[in-house]
Amino acid sequence: MGTFLVMEPGPFTTIQDRGRWGYQQMGLPVCGALDPLAYRVANLLVGNAADAAVIEFTILGPQLAVMQEADIAVTGAEMEMKLNHKPVPGWQSIRVQPGDLLSFHTLKSGCRGYIAVTGGIDVPIVMGSRSTYVGGKIGGFRGRPLRKGDILKSGTGHLLPTARRMPASHIPSYPGEVLLRAVPGPQDDFFEEGMTTLFRSEYMVTAKADRMGYRLQGNAVTLAEGAPQSIISEPTMPGGIQVPADHQPIVLLVEQTVGGYTKIATVISTDITRIAQATPGDTFRFESVDVDTAHDILREQRQWMRKLMKMME
Amino acid sequence: MTGVLYDRPVYRIAGDRGFLVEYGDRIDPSINEKVRAMSLALERKRPEGVIEVIPTYRSLLLVYDCDNTGPAALKQLLEATERELNDIRIPPPKVVEIPVCYGGEFGPDIEHVAEIHDLSVEEVVRIHSEPEYQIYMVGFTPGFPFLGGLSEALHTPRLKTPRTKVPRGSVGIANEQTGVYPIASPGGWQLIGRTPLKLFDPQREHPILYQAGDLLRFQPISASEYRELEERQER
Repeated sequence: MGTFLVMEPGPFTTIQDRGRWGYQQMGLPVCGALDPLAYRVANLLVGNAADAAVIEFTILGPQLAVMQEADIAVTGAEMEMKLNHKPVPGWQSIRVQPGDLLSFHTLKSGCRGYIAVTGGIDVPIVMGSRSTYVGGKIGGFRGRPLRKGDILKSGTGHLLPTARRMPASHIPSYPGEVLLRAVPGPQDDFFEEGMTTLFRSEYMVTAKADRMGYRLQGNAVTLAEGAPQSIISEPTMPGGIQVPADHQPIVLLVEQTVGGYTKIATVISTDITRIAQATPGDTFRFESVDVDTAHDILREQRQWMRKLMKMME
Repeated sequence: MTGVLYDRPVYRIAGDRGFLVEYGDRIDPSINEKVRAMSLALERKRPEGVIEVIPTYRSLLLVYDCDNTGPAALKQLLEATERELNDIRIPPPKVVEIPVCYGGEFGPDIEHVAEIHDLSVEEVVRIHSEPEYQIYMVGFTPGFPFLGGLSEALHTPRLKTPRTKVPRGSVGIANEQTGVYPIASPGGWQLIGRTPLKLFDPQREHPILYQAGDLLRFQPISASEYRELEERQER
């Protein structure tokens, strides 16, 4: 039996999980939830395993008819959400019943939302993951974004004994001016002036912003004299800041595999969440950190997540 | 060939999860052989904290988790592995044969390619199916092989207007590159033939039929053989 019937899919709604790691050598991008933090917390709020699959939506959420009793939690972008036409809050568990209608309205801040459900969304595991890779038409729900009339099933899980809620002070805010910390490299030695430019300028998110990457607009990031325009194609990591021939940086994200342009720096893992929640017109600033600092920040965030887990259980 | 490898590898930081090591700065079979040897040696070691080793034309990208390793440990690991390379046996690369039906509906650009180079269609087929191409890297789309070794006699510019949909299995040429599309995608390569083989199938135990470092040969087949192979695969 199904858990949700998709009444309206929203502009771009897919099934995602922690990602398809370990298959990049075969040419598969990692995919997965673009905002790993909101994804992780959504699952935590309904008592799921850390790698359970969720619904990721973009700008506007889907309309879902509930077919089976379950706990759900919605995290990520701040928006008006209703259950049976009455407002309900995000970042906490909500018990839903067959016949309930979940709908989303005005987006207030952020860009991507996550809907977790008891047991996780149940779609076949393809190459180690339930994530949708739309470009390759694999994973998720039939390898594609959700459509009207799709019926989503969920895995086995237990309803929560008591409701869970993210402490208000822990709920992230998504300002339009975003600071991103980045580690110089892998091709930092191709830049001189350009490095200073990148870390001292403000860049605007253009309309070309999706799960493959965010194209930015701002001061030209120039290559050092004599540095080649492009490099021999090599694999890319999510967060890599690529500088193509027009000198306007692109932050590469989870649906990229290889690239032939130099990458001046790489946004740290913990800050990818801030990119995932940025929309065209928002601005990015970059701050340089070294790799050890990036690891400290990542470990701190993992520690914080463990604390949060304990607090809720 | 000597002198194409760097005297010392170049190590690069690719964020807080990626560590890159480069062995040279050009597309060259001997650099790629080194990459292949290192990649196989590392795979056997299964070092802690290393999530994936991705071979490229001239480098390796190590994807790692900082809870179990870091750039300093990875540099040591790579240096130690390099020292051990002489003592371990690296198996010879696999030769993968890909049956291709050249020309006709499967290779709509083959006559154009022949014309540009003042060759007959038969000569294009012979020249293209002769070499064992080195698979330098796999990527761009699932299973897409970046091949080295296309004869200069067939170097052909891309189409002026890319096709919005290139059928799965299409074999094409773009400048000094040749390759085959494992999934249907847009593309501007000159199409000279098509393989009935499913080069990428996520449901198979081995979703792709080769890995970086292997050799690939195109085996000319007739249209009826193409249909036969296609049917056999569907069953």
